[in-house]
Amino acid sequence: MSDRDTVLAAIRANKKALPSDAPAARPAPVPARGRVDGAARRDLFVRMAEAASASVEMLTSPEDVPEAVAAYLAAQNLPARLVLASDPAIANLPWHDHPMIAHRIGAATVQDHAALTVAFAGIAETGTLALLSGAETPTTLNFLPEHALVLITTDDLCGTYEELWSRLRAATDDGAYWPRAVNLVTGPSRSADIEQKLLLGAHGPIKLHILLLDVEA
Amino acid sequence: MESTADRFVDNAHRALGNEILQQALGHVRVNFIEKRRQAVEALPEFEALRQAGRDLRDRVLADLDTHLLAFEAKVLEHGGQVHWCADADAARNKILEICREAGARRVTKGKTMIGEEIGINDFLAAHDIEPVETDLGEYIIQLRHEAPSHLVAPAVHVTQKQVEETFRQAHRDLDATRDLSEPRSLLSEARAKLRQKFVTADVGITGANFLVAETGSSVIVTNEGNGDLTQTLPRVHIALASIDKVVPTLDDLTVLLRLLARSATGQEMSVYTTLSTGPRREEDHDGPGAYHVVLLDNGRSKMLGTPKQDLLRCIRCAACLNHCPVYQAVGGHAYGWVYAGPIGAALTPALIGLDHAADLPNASTLCGRCEAVCPMQIPLPDILRHWREEEFNNKTTKPDRAPQPVRRGLRLWAFLARHPRLYRLATGIGRRVLAGRAGRSGRLDKVPLAEGWTVSRDLPAPSRRGFHAQYRKGYRG
Ligand code: SF4
Repeated sequence: MSDRDTVLAAIRANKKALPSDAPAARPAPVPARGRVDGAARRDLFVRMAEAASASVEMLTSPEDVPEAVAAYLAAQNLPARLVLASDPAIANLPWHDHPMIAHRIGAATVQDHAALTVAFAGIAETGTLALLSGAETPTTLNFLPEHALVLITTDDLCGTYEELWSRLRAATDDGAYWPRAVNLVTGPSRSADIEQKLLLGAHGPIKLHILLLDVEA
Repeated sequence: MESTADRFVDNAHRALGNEILQQALGHVRVNFIEKRRQAVEALPEFEALRQAGRDLRDRVLADLDTHLLAFEAKVLEHGGQVHWCADADAARNKILEICREAGARRVTKGKTMIGEEIGINDFLAAHDIEPVETDLGEYIIQLRHEAPSHLVAPAVHVTQKQVEETFRQAHRDLDATRDLSEPRSLLSEARAKLRQKFVTADVGITGANFLVAETGSSVIVTNEGNGDLTQTLPRVHIALASIDKVVPTLDDLTVLLRLLARSATGQEMSVYTTLSTGPRREEDHDGPGAYHVVLLDNGRSKMLGTPKQDLLRCIRCAACLNHCPVYQAVGGHAYGWVYAGPIGAALTPALIGLDHAADLPNASTLCGRCEAVCPMQIPLPDILRHWREEEFNNKTTKPDRAPQPVRRGLRLWAFLARHPRLYRLATGIGRRVLAGRAGRSGRLDKVPLAEGWTVSRDLPAPSRRGFHAQYRKGYRG
């Protein structure tokens, strides 16, 4: 008998059905906190992301993104250089108007100090970004550089995880084109493994900077 | 992993006398408990989520084969592979086979308790494959040749000074006069060292906090980002999971995620929660070319349908460890195997046999704090009591295995209990003697024949009048 058969046979022999008077499965509670819309949802997202040590910068036009990126890198004392996702929301921005920003498009390597990618969604409930792997949004952009910059529009904010999953099911033809990686990211990386002292910037980014494009403003 | 779970009493003694360990354990007592309390308070739905989490797991366990098969079908659909393994041996060999096929020399590892359970590091090393732990805590204890002592913070027993010594020993290529006095400098050194390993590893092995049947995904939850580098950069990703990890849908996953981080570290959400589904797609620029799930039983299917089944609801948050007075006093290594604290005391006998862990169910005062904080409402004290009964029955049926004083003492007590007047007389004498010795302090630092107990703690002296006597006098406190 293969191990597969052995394990399945053991489960079938031992498993016990729920008592017949067990209550029917009820829908699990969805935190009221996340069931908000519009400006309240945006504000909750910002508050929760900042509580997780991310920084959030509000923008009103996509044209402003390159400028904001240049300002961020300067403020961090970094060279004006970064790697970009090839997603049109980023690649089609007017980078040519900012020739001082040296950029490359593609996946990240260990040499990259900063990257800009785009989020599929944000979850206000916990201030979390949902980043999908794909040809236009490589996963390494989220983890290798010390400075992770992420673009997201207020349209793409969900209140709760339940909303995120329904949007993701809809976007992937009910899971048929499910991405290899779904990264839910809440703040920059951290470790408390040395005497429980919390340090930001462990193996992943030390900074997570969110550029939030307010399309309703 | 080799077990010393049969030597809990000795292990615990040594732990209590170890000053460095006691200093390190102080951080558990303060940090985890307070942070969890605040996070739970900030979510009014927490109690309702505990109910939902328990019901969800019970539903899955009642039909575990169906959910595992659904998970397997989805993994295959997305181009991954599932390897069912009945025991540790099968899992080790399967992992070695995958590594050999990939021509692997170096394997990076995310945190995996199942990896500890099957002793994968030693096994790979014995076959000339270098395993490298990448979680900072795991990396520290790998360099120190130690086992994890906590489910979430594996190096919680190590002080900062010891980390510095360990790094100076291990990183001899670096300038011996470098400053390592700050946690930040230690972290930076580990980060730089491990970067080299990440980019040169052939295979990445991670654990899995959950498996999602709806999408065929393995899910890891981390704060450092090491697990994600481990499963993104090498050519092959192996996710190592036990059969109890499966949940039906993404919405079910959400229920458990809402409980996990709050119970574990007091965060609203851990920094990285990643769903991995199959190997890299044709058009992708990164990600592993092959995706394997090694699905381990190792004694869990035998727990189904028994009073131990509830243990399979566990999400390994470590709240029961953090709140346990015994764990707080002796740390994780005293438990002698992979899983420490109340969950370890209850689970270890099921996985390695009561014969090898008979002391563990006694390593608890049954104070009930573990059950009160467990997000999955696992009745840990009941299960420990169950094991105690089983152990006692074993001993009475196998008299050669019972320590003489225990059996004699129990027989004496049983005799007295059946003779109330004698019982009152005997305990009354004993009580007066002990109370007299304790004097005003009400505490005894020495009791005849009980030095084993009093060497590291005081025994509260009994009151001069016993329960029966006080009850008769109408003292109902
Ligand atoms: S038994 Fe409960 S409290 Fe302990 S680790 Fe498991 S889920 Fe957490």
